[in-house]
Amino acid sequence: MDTPSGAGRPAAGPTARRGRPGLHPAVRYLGGRVLTAVVSLLAVMVTSFFLFRVLPGDPVAALTQGRSVSVDQLEAMRRDFGLDQPLPQQFVDYCLGMMTLDFGMSYQYRVPVSELIAERLGPTLLLAGTGTVIAAVLGLVLGTRSGWRRGSLMDRVDTGIALTLWSVPSFWLGLLLIVLLASGAGLFPTSGMSSPGVEGTFAVALDVAHHMVLPVATMVAVVYAQYMMIMRSSVLDEMGADYLTTARAKGLRDAVVLRRHAVPNALLPTVTLIFLNLGRVVSGVILIETVFAWPGLGSLFYSGLRVPDLPIVQALFVVFAGSVIIMNLLADLVYPLLDPRVRT
Amino acid sequence: MSRAALVWTRRRRALAGYARAFAGNRGGMAGLAVLALIGLAALTAPLFVDDAALSHTGAEGGRFQPPGLDHPLGTDAFGRSVLDLVVWGARISLTVGFLAAFASVALGTLIGVVAGHYGGWPGNVLMRVTDWFAVLPALVMAVALAAVMSRSTLTIIIAIGVTAWPTTARVVRAQTLAVEARPFIERARALGGGHAHVMLRHVLPNVMPVVLAQTTLLVAEAILMEATLAFLGLGDAGTISWGGIIEEARNAGAVSSGIWWYMIPPGVAIAVVALSFTMCGRALEGVLNPRQRERP
Repeated sequence: MDTPSGAGRPAAGPTARRGRPGLHPAVRYLGGRVLTAVVSLLAVMVTSFFLFRVLPGDPVAALTQGRSVSVDQLEAMRRDFGLDQPLPQQFVDYCLGMMTLDFGMSYQYRVPVSELIAERLGPTLLLAGTGTVIAAVLGLVLGTRSGWRRGSLMDRVDTGIALTLWSVPSFWLGLLLIVLLASGAGLFPTSGMSSPGVEGTFAVALDVAHHMVLPVATMVAVVYAQYMMIMRSSVLDEMGADYLTTARAKGLRDAVVLRRHAVPNALLPTVTLIFLNLGRVVSGVILIETVFAWPGLGSLFYSGLRVPDLPIVQALFVVFAGSVIIMNLLADLVYPLLDPRVRT
Repeated sequence: MSRAALVWTRRRRALAGYARAFAGNRGGMAGLAVLALIGLAALTAPLFVDDAALSHTGAEGGRFQPPGLDHPLGTDAFGRSVLDLVVWGARISLTVGFLAAFASVALGTLIGVVAGHYGGWPGNVLMRVTDWFAVLPALVMAVALAAVMSRSTLTIIIAIGVTAWPTTARVVRAQTLAVEARPFIERARALGGGHAHVMLRHVLPNVMPVVLAQTTLLVAEAILMEATLAFLGLGDAGTISWGGIIEEARNAGAVSSGIWWYMIPPGVAIAVVALSFTMCGRALEGVLNPRQRERP
């Protein structure tokens, strides 16, 4: 009956009354979440394999579309990519490769896909991270303001602007900014992440920041609306709460009631949702990277799509879906730390 | 009065109430008006735009003419009027938006009602599958599907439909659980109503309002997704859609040479339609869900 995992924990005794004896509830919670994430990840890998292989369309035929190739060349390509093997064998090879982070060779760049991903990961994280932080802060501040003064002119204007920007296709907004501010007014570079010939740490950082302004602005404009609407509605949910009436009855000023009482409670669901969104943001930057030719995973995905370069597309599918799964797992793990009520 | 007539009177009265509440929401009404206008333009487009004006070779305008009297929004690389293109593009964008939203809402409703009704392990399994689909990044999944299947409008509809249903399934399941907890379901069961009877005659009519609001919001998302896929070059090259026009404009160098009239109209069209659907959806949600109704 005794399981060693709970034995070393002093807290295991009294709290482990219900459920299986010996297992600390936190361990079970953690284990359950991790297990779910692992199963999801495996399912994503299986999907990625079958999606690109079993659905109609021969990768080799697609790759050589519009070019004249001999039957021998086609056969050689099939052998190179392991496509002449029976499907189960291909699947085993694919799984073994995934375990060792070997995603195969890129058709177009002729280098291992894992190298390409490692090289492009940094810029994507930089762009997505900066954009998310700015969008989250902006969304939280505006959402709180709107919710607290619901129905006011400011609320209606802020909500209207947010919903309008949310309805705008991000790629179009990016192109528009390029036309207006980059190729038109010449204020910002039109594409890429750095200019050639810039030396020195500080100068390089400044140059990258200069390149980042437009992509980050585009991303923030399109993304902040959802954070704002979530924060607005969770502030609204707290509005009728008794503890706010109590706080006011104590004679606290409106601003203090908002800052010390309403916001901390309203933040909880919002922060979780921001976490849940993080993974999605990584795949959402595909379009922005494409428009601004930002050297990240998104533009790699786009270039893989154009050829089509299956190993790249397949690996990035797993990476993008995997990042969502891992962020969801993190959100699940962080939530009990933030909210004492869920802690057991 | 017969039982059926009673039911219908009650439903009509409820609908009239909803309509009145909706009419009181200015944003929703504005969205509805804009949509009616654009829908009318899309439906009647064949009457005042002829095929020749939309073909690469038959258009009579010059290359990249700025907006003028002949062409209110200028012309594109092939001398086609951008105004004609945008009006024609509404047909594809709205069709894809509606069909994709219906496909995903139908699937989501089916799974949500079944999962909510049966509960237990079948319901759990269904919800786990839903959760898993919800985790897949929609854009990546849609792009992947559109990339492996043949390039057609149907592919785009399927790609959007397959990726967008989990939200609906969750919302519908929650609503199903709420409905099934009410006494009249127990009464129906006690009178011998089977699973199919309960789901079709009692649960479905009661989840329909939520489904309607969900559909409206999803159409906006589907239209944005369609534009995105077309922009990434995954659309049907033979059709004219808003995303496709933006892609053509970009490929024709409109960005670097400042041909703004080629790029701005289709983007504005997407934004206006998506915003209108969102406004309608939010208004509907507010009307149908008293918890969210604007308090004074």
